[in-house]
Amino acid sequence: MQLKNIKKKMSLATCVLLQAASPSVQAEEAEWDVDTAILFYSESDGRVNAVEPAIYAGRELDDDSRIDLRLIVDVLTGASPNGAHAAPVAQTFTTPSGKSSYTAKAGETPLDDTFLDTRVAFGADWQVGLDRLSRITWGGNISKEYDYLSLGASATYARDFNDRNTTLTTAFAFNNDIIDPEGGIPSIFQPMRTAGSGINREGADDDKSITDFMVGVTQVISRETIMQLNLSFGQTDGYQNDPFKIVTIIDPATGLPATASGSSFFDTATTGNLPYVYESRPDTRDRTVLFFKTVHHLDEDVINFSYRYYDDDWGIKSNTFDLRYRYELGGSYLQPHLRLYTQEAADFYTHNLALGIDVDPTSGAVSQDYASNDYRLAKSETVTVGLKYGVPLANNSEFSIRGEVITQTVDDGSVPEGEEAPDLDAFILQFNYSLIW
Amino acid sequence: MRTFILIFIMSFLSACSSLGVEPWERDLLAKDSMQLVPDYLDNFYDEHIYFSKEASSGGQGVGGGGCGCN
Repeated sequence: MQLKNIKKKMSLATCVLLQAASPSVQAEEAEWDVDTAILFYSESDGRVNAVEPAIYAGRELDDDSRIDLRLIVDVLTGASPNGAHAAPVAQTFTTPSGKSSYTAKAGETPLDDTFLDTRVAFGADWQVGLDRLSRITWGGNISKEYDYLSLGASATYARDFNDRNTTLTTAFAFNNDIIDPEGGIPSIFQPMRTAGSGINREGADDDKSITDFMVGVTQVISRETIMQLNLSFGQTDGYQNDPFKIVTIIDPATGLPATASGSSFFDTATTGNLPYVYESRPDTRDRTVLFFKTVHHLDEDVINFSYRYYDDDWGIKSNTFDLRYRYELGGSYLQPHLRLYTQEAADFYTHNLALGIDVDPTSGAVSQDYASNDYRLAKSETVTVGLKYGVPLANNSEFSIRGEVITQTVDDGSVPEGEEAPDLDAFILQFNYSLIW
Repeated sequence: MRTFILIFIMSFLSACSSLGVEPWERDLLAKDSMQLVPDYLDNFYDEHIYFSKEASSGGQGVGGGGCGCN
């Protein structure tokens, strides 16, 4: 009897609770999670400077679906290494348009300072629930800059297992990029010409397609720990040269950029050919990436650690370690960040090409298939140290500021002293304001 | 390769079945700071910066867009 009474009372209480709760549930409208930020990026020695405002907004559309949107504007100015190395003599180069020239002093790394670009990128992800345990996310992105257009689409399928403690993910993405560089597409291994003497070009634009496939598993380990492991395969097909990068042709007799004394082809006064040729990279690239991440909750603080192993058939192998420690200060927080990256050089990374060995002194023909002196393809190491401070404000909003120092050290082997690719120091300052809207 | 992926998935599923928490033990996991990508824009900026300075990219997901970064 008493049990029956308790049951009755419990049902009544449940009904009252449900009735009280339902109007507010119905009235509750999905809200936008909005994150706004501006990033200032500055490289030392007058290289690249960037200002990047960005906005992200995401919201639940209904019980089964949500949408995430992002917009980023990227304003770049400054100078970028053109691929030629420093030399004990002054060097003159022609701008990509072929109309004017610039000079690097003796001992100075040649930088093309005509670099100025604005990029606008927009992306959207739409997640749809398929059933109680699985969902698919459709993604799209477009990125446009003065000489570059990137269009992409992706699909990510995720399914939960083991009481939602395990999530298996499989994803597929396709991107098509079109490059339309100032002056057109340079002819590979053809020489840069003196300003106003015509340019070696083979068409206005070119393109590449990028296909990515990923499988991953996310596992809840305990109340405090979650882990993720992803394996990705990617393939890029098409034009992958940097149209603004050249390779120096040296005369082994002098160790200096080729001149009339060693090559009739590089007799600049007569032929208009400068001792630099446009780089050449393979038109396919296959990548494999293994990525591991774990997030662990201590008593108050949170550790976020990731490791990535990257390998491709250009010979690039890299290891990336990333550690963030969120130190709670009773509401606000401090977050130190450490990132370590090491990379092996691409097989075709070349300091320069030599007359009589790699280059025919008479015809200028290059005997290699591929060569690039782009420092990003060299053996290198990047260390990033940063600190972020975040403070909660009224109405679930938050303000944060982040500062980071990036140091990139390039190891281009045993090259003559003074010709080494310069190291890079970059600084980041970022302000974030996030809110619920 | 297909066999490898299948073994990869199956071994994880069987190994993972003994791990995890009950639904009422997800309080910490639900916190913003416990998400795999807790700061969306920080992550987006970082991916873009390192994509333009290093020869490796990807791992966390797929897509996201390219650029003609110098």
